[in-house]
This record gives sequence, C-alpha cells and structure tokens, in this order.
Amino acid sequence: MSEKRLYGLAAIFDTPEKVVAAARAVAGRGFTKYDSYSSYPIHGIDSAMRLKRTRIPFVTLVAGLSGAVLLVLFTWWTNSVDFPLVIGGKPYFAWPDYVPLMFEMTVLFGAVSTVIALLVVWLNLPRNSHPLHDTEFMKKVSKDRFGICIESDDPRFNEIETRRFFEDLGAESVDSIYDEPVDISLRQKVLDPKFIAAIVVVAVVSSATTYLALNKMLLIRPWSSLNAQFKVNPESRSTFYSDRFGMRPPVTGTVARGHLPDPITVSDNIAAAEKYLVNPLLPTPHVMQVGQRDFNTYCSPCHGYFADGNSRLQGQFPSPPSLHTDSLRLAPDGLYYNVITNGFQGVMPSYARQIPRKERWAIVWYIRALQKAQNPNGPEAK
Amino acid sequence: MSSATTEEVIDYSVTPPLVEGNPSLAKINDSIALPTERWPSKKYFAALSVTLTMLLIGVVALGYTLYYGIGMWGNNIPVGWAFDITNFVFWIGIGHAGTLISAILFLFRQRWRTGIARAAEAMTIFAVMCAGIFPLIHLGRPWYALFIIPVPNQHGLWVNWNSPLVWDVFAVSTYFTVSLMFWYIGLIPDLAMMRDRTTSKVKKMIYSILSLGWRHANRQWQHYEKVYVILAGLATPLVLSVHSIVSFDFAVSILPGWHTTIFPPYFVAGAIFSGFGMVLTVLIIIRKVFNLEYIITKDHLDKMAKVTLLTSMMVAYAYLMEPFIAWYSGSPFDWYTVVARATGHYAIGFWVMIACNVLIPQLLWSKKVRRNVAVLFVISLLINVGMWLERYIIIVTSLYRDFLPSSWHIYTPTIFDFGILIGVFGLFFTLVLLFSRTLPVVSMSELKGVTEGAHPHHNFGAGHE
Repeated sequence: MSEKRLYGLAAIFDTPEKVVAAARAVAGRGFTKYDSYSSYPIHGIDSAMRLKRTRIPFVTLVAGLSGAVLLVLFTWWTNSVDFPLVIGGKPYFAWPDYVPLMFEMTVLFGAVSTVIALLVVWLNLPRNSHPLHDTEFMKKVSKDRFGICIESDDPRFNEIETRRFFEDLGAESVDSIYDEPVDISLRQKVLDPKFIAAIVVVAVVSSATTYLALNKMLLIRPWSSLNAQFKVNPESRSTFYSDRFGMRPPVTGTVARGHLPDPITVSDNIAAAEKYLVNPLLPTPHVMQVGQRDFNTYCSPCHGYFADGNSRLQGQFPSPPSLHTDSLRLAPDGLYYNVITNGFQGVMPSYARQIPRKERWAIVWYIRALQKAQNPNGPEAK
Repeated sequence: MSSATTEEVIDYSVTPPLVEGNPSLAKINDSIALPTERWPSKKYFAALSVTLTMLLIGVVALGYTLYYGIGMWGNNIPVGWAFDITNFVFWIGIGHAGTLISAILFLFRQRWRTGIARAAEAMTIFAVMCAGIFPLIHLGRPWYALFIIPVPNQHGLWVNWNSPLVWDVFAVSTYFTVSLMFWYIGLIPDLAMMRDRTTSKVKKMIYSILSLGWRHANRQWQHYEKVYVILAGLATPLVLSVHSIVSFDFAVSILPGWHTTIFPPYFVAGAIFSGFGMVLTVLIIIRKVFNLEYIITKDHLDKMAKVTLLTSMMVAYAYLMEPFIAWYSGSPFDWYTVVARATGHYAIGFWVMIACNVLIPQLLWSKKVRRNVAVLFVISLLINVGMWLERYIIIVTSLYRDFLPSSWHIYTPTIFDFGILIGVFGLFFTLVLLFSRTLPVVSMSELKGVTEGAHPHHNFGAGHE
C-alpha cells in the first residue's frame, strides 16, 4: 500500500453567510488553490472568491455560427455542385429555404458544443476519483452544509495554521482530506484460467452473433406483404413455360410504336423509288433546321459538312463520294431516303435505328439545299 | 412511517409559491428523494398497470401495422394523412409547454417554475419520443427512414433541402437533443446529491456514473450557471421554431384549409395551450400518486391555469381569423373548406373542438375553478381532447374535400388507428411514472436556492446570476 497523502483541509460552515465571509477571508489571505462547496449556487460568492467571468459564451457563439455556415456550405455543395437539381423551379442555391435549417444548426451546434465544453474542458468531468468524493465533508455539503477546502498544494498552506485559520472563521468542523491512491496492479496474468475462459466466451459469442447477423438475419425478408407479390418478374424463373424464362419474346410480327416497316426497298429500283417514296415534308425553316442538325450529327463525319466528301474522318474510313455529281443531283429523293435507311453496298451502315423516319426526310431536304447551294445552275435546275 | 415523514415536511399548500417557513435544506433533500427511495405505493402500481395495458394495446396495433403495412389504417387518397400525423403534431405540441416552463419562464425569472420545471422537461422529452414514432411508421416502410437524412448513398442523391419535411427532421431532432441536454444538465447536481445520500451500492454506482463526479464546487457552479442560461436562451427560440416548421408542412401546400400564413403562430400558440393542458394532467397525477401536494402546490396549478387561459384565447383568435381570411380572400375553395368543417361529415368533431378549446377554458377566469384540483383535472383532460381534435380537424377536413369532387372521400379510422393512439398515451404515461419513481421530480438544487435565507443578503431573483 502506498502512503496516504494530505489533499487538503476542508471546513464545514452552517450558514451561507458564514461561508461567503470565509471565502472572502480565504481569498484575502492570498490562497489560490481552494474552492467553496454548496449544494446550490450561492449569490455573491463568486465576487467573494474573486473569480473571473466565465468565457464559455464564446464557445457558444463560435460553434453556433459555424453550425450555420457549415449548413449553408453543405446545402450549397449537395444541391449545386454534387448533384445539381432544379426543385420547384427554384435556383440551385435557394438560400431562403435554408434559413430555418441555418437556425436549427446554430442551436444544435451551439448547445452541444457548450455542454461538451462545460463538462469536458471547463469542469474536467467525468471524474469519480477525486479525493473529496465519499468523504463526510462531501455528504454534509451535499445535504445542508457549506464548505471550503484549501488544497495542500497551495504555497501558503500549512496544516496547523490553516486549521486554526478555519476555526477562527467559525467553522463547524475541520476535516483533513487524504488522497488515497488505489493500488492497482497493472500486470495481468495472461494464463489465468478465468481470463482464458472469458476470452473464449467472448470469441464464441461474438463470432456466433456475427455469423447469425451476416448470414441469417440480413437475409430475412423483413415484411413480406409488399416485397413479395404474385407475379412473374422479367428475371424470375417460370414454372409454366418449357424454357423456364419468365420474360417472353414478343409475338412474331410485333412492331414497336413508330417503327412500321417501309413499304418498299428500292436500292436498285429507281423508278419504284420515284413512285412510292416521295418526301412527305415541306421545306419549312423548322424542317431545314432539323435536317441540318441531323446531317451534321450523323452524316458529316464521313460526308463532310458540305456533302462533298471532305470530312474530318477522311482517310480513316472509306471515303464517300461527293453528293454534288450530276447523277446524284438527278437522283430521286427516295434513293437518298433508302440509302439512309438501309445503308449502301456494305460500306455505309443503316441509320434506321438512330434517325427517326421524319428526320430522314428532313435530311434529304437538307442535302437538296446543300446541292443547290454548291451549284445553283446544276442539271436539275434546267 | 410515510405519514410521519409527510408531516415533518412543511405544508406548502396554503403558502405562496416560493418556499416559506424556512424548511431546512436537509428536509428538502429528504422529501424530494423520498419517492425514489421507498417501495412505491399501491396507487403507483395501479397507475402503472393501466398505462402498461394501454402500451400493450399499442404494441399489438403497431405490430399489425408493421407486419401487414399501413393498409391496416383508414388512410386512403385523398386523406393520406390522418391519425398518424395528427398524433405527431399533437405530441410535438405537448412538448412545447415543458420547454416553455423550463427555459422561457427561467429567462423571465419566474421562480415558481422551480417546483414544476423538472417534471415539465421530462414531459417534453417523452412527448417528443412519442411524436417521433409517427413519421417513422407513417413511411409504411420504416426501414427506409434513413433516406430523409443527408448521408452519402449509392444513388448519389441528397435530400430536398427546399422541403419542410426535411426541415422537420432537423427541427425535431435538434429539439430532442437540446431538451435532453438541458434536462440532463439540470439533473447533474441532483444526481450528485442522490449519490451522496444513498446507502445502496448499486444505486451509488449508477448515480456516480450519471452525476459524472459533480462536487458542488463553486468553481463548477460558476460555469454551470452560465451554461444553464445559455441553454435556456437557445431553447427559447428553438421551441418557437419547431412548431413553426411543423406548421410549414401544411402551410406551404396549396390545399385550402392549410395554405394560410397564420399557421406558424397559430400552431405555436396551440402547442403551448395543449402542452399546458398536458402539464396540468401529468402534474395532477404525479402529485396525487406520490403525495407531492406540498411541493406542486395549488398556486402552481393556479398559475398554469392562467397561462392555459391566455393561450386558449390566442387559439380562439386563430379560429376566428381562419374563416375571416377564407371569406375575405374570396376564394370559393377556401370558403367551402370552412363550411365543410363546420357543417360537413366531421362537424361534431369541429364543435367539440370549439367547446373544449375555447368555451370550457373560459371557466378558468374564476379563481375557485383554478384552485379546484378535480375540476382543473377534468378541464385539462378536455383540453387534451380538444387539441387532439384540432389537429385531426385541420388535417382530415382539409383533405377529404379537396379541389376535385371526384376524389372526395370520407375517412374512417380503423381499430388499429385507435390502438396506436391508446398505445402512445400508454407509452407517455408509463415513461412519466417511471421517471417520477427513479429521478427527483423537483430540482433539489434549485428549490434550495429559492428557500428563505438561502443567500446571504436575501436577494430576490438571485437563484441564478
């Protein structure tokens, strides 16, 4: 057992008046390491002890303002940067909507930081090992008495003189408070059977819990009424069809909306093309714009912006011919439409999947316009 | 033994609210710690059995709801919000009176709050816990509740910051956190006193841990008091903001009957009104069950009744203003909602609400009524009924007749709606009873601070500087 060490002298007073007077006297003597004790805050004792104002409100101020600022930054980052989203036609950074939240975060950050600062920084709690705990002095103070304790670390402390000083101040009783260090052996017996048994139990319990949680509990379907429904999903197995696929192919001959097949394929039949494939659109400004957009998107990589074959992919793909030759200028619209739809001699692929039908016709109008622009007095003009 | 102890304690019931007769500080400790230190009376167990039964009913109803889904309730389009959101708004409102008593009356130096503040704060916390259940179960799939919290997720999505429903989550959780800390900070010195007086080893350990090793030292009190003031100052605007934000859930929609600018102050006043009704109910039960009539005096009840009367008239003003604005706006939809409320399918509820919230509280003008505990208890129960109905009327009568007559629908609650309603009341009162058995229901340190001679120069208003 280690030696008892004197922590300090604790005096008990029976009225608040006496303790305030005593605190004033103790402070006047020049003691610094002392404190007065009472089970409720006594008015006027702060000034008697010459205590400075607490600085905790600054914590509240700084933390509260940071809460508001952090909230604004967070809302701005989430809704304007990370996932910009228009909500209700408002701007990405709709700050008036964040005002209530700024307030809430000011209060939350301010309150939580203040409490943590008080308990941990200012009061150095939790601490249940203080020498004053479990003493008669603490029990009396906690009930109905008032106390002052001067620590032995104080430079002016002298056990006999301080005791006399307290008695002169009218103390009801003066106790010596001892710091009794608890003898804790830090050396653990690793091979202690109890210790090994405890480790084994902990290991078994934790691995069993982990196993059950990960392999059983996580796979339990929580509430089946909404998750499980009596229907066959596309990816589920069918017990009805012989191929066991839940997803069925469409009925033979099914045509998707807007994808009726063209009535005729005219790759080598110019006469039929002239007869059956006639441009249904009028060359309105809108049609020309759509045609230009689509031509620039789909055709220009190979044909060039002016349909002359001078393109940005020249030399990397088979070069298409210029569309400004006489024969092509005289070719019917149906030919162009057919080439866009079905491709040409295995060199140009079909664009039927990329370009809707009407837009193909718009491209045809645009090609006509390009041809006219390149050569206003071409053969078809005559 | 019990009667002897009770006689020792000064009978405060005929005195002004501040502690008179100069009871010794030790007696304050003894009398307040008494309910936690002896085996509770039969009255306590009778009360507990009632509340636990109610709680059990709620658990069963909730179990059905979770297992089969919220189709067990009467909710259906267009009445998608009904009992659940009614309960949510009701319980959040209940909590507000607790914060008002503990924070606002503290800032105004109303020292009579000392006797009731601790219980009222506890009530706040329990009420917010009850309220928090409802948004969760209203989701239908409560395991998706996390989606309302802005955490990174695999969808890359964030919450909709422009929605009052998101503000709600922040407001209610902040409110709960701050109320809990405020309550706990107030409890620390009392827990230290309990630690120093208990003789049981287990209790001593629990109190030691909970009191964090508080030493009643003045260098602790000095900072502690400042923090208490700061927390009160933060909680005061917070409590006003919480019910305002709850009211935004309604007010920012375009539904007639909800879309009004009066909603935030109207909801806050209603919250304080209903909260004081509930404080009266709870305190009258506590003082009866634990024989605390000498601490929670008739003067306390009298003062709370006055606040109730005041807030009742604020609510009445809102009731008048709603039809006036509906008429004044010239909107036929708004006016139709007003007429449908007063004469439609839910007219009985509407008129009961008017009677309970506006007419019956007028009795509180009489001092005899305010000091008659039995009558006050009945009035407080009726206020609870009235304020619950108020939220029900606001929600259901606005929804069941919306813009399109083709979607009109009469809402009828099912037995599960009622089961959960009963259960949450059971939960609340069970928590109140457990609290008053295990923790000091009155703040001992504050009560000591307001006894005569507690301060050297007998300076009023000096409990906290």
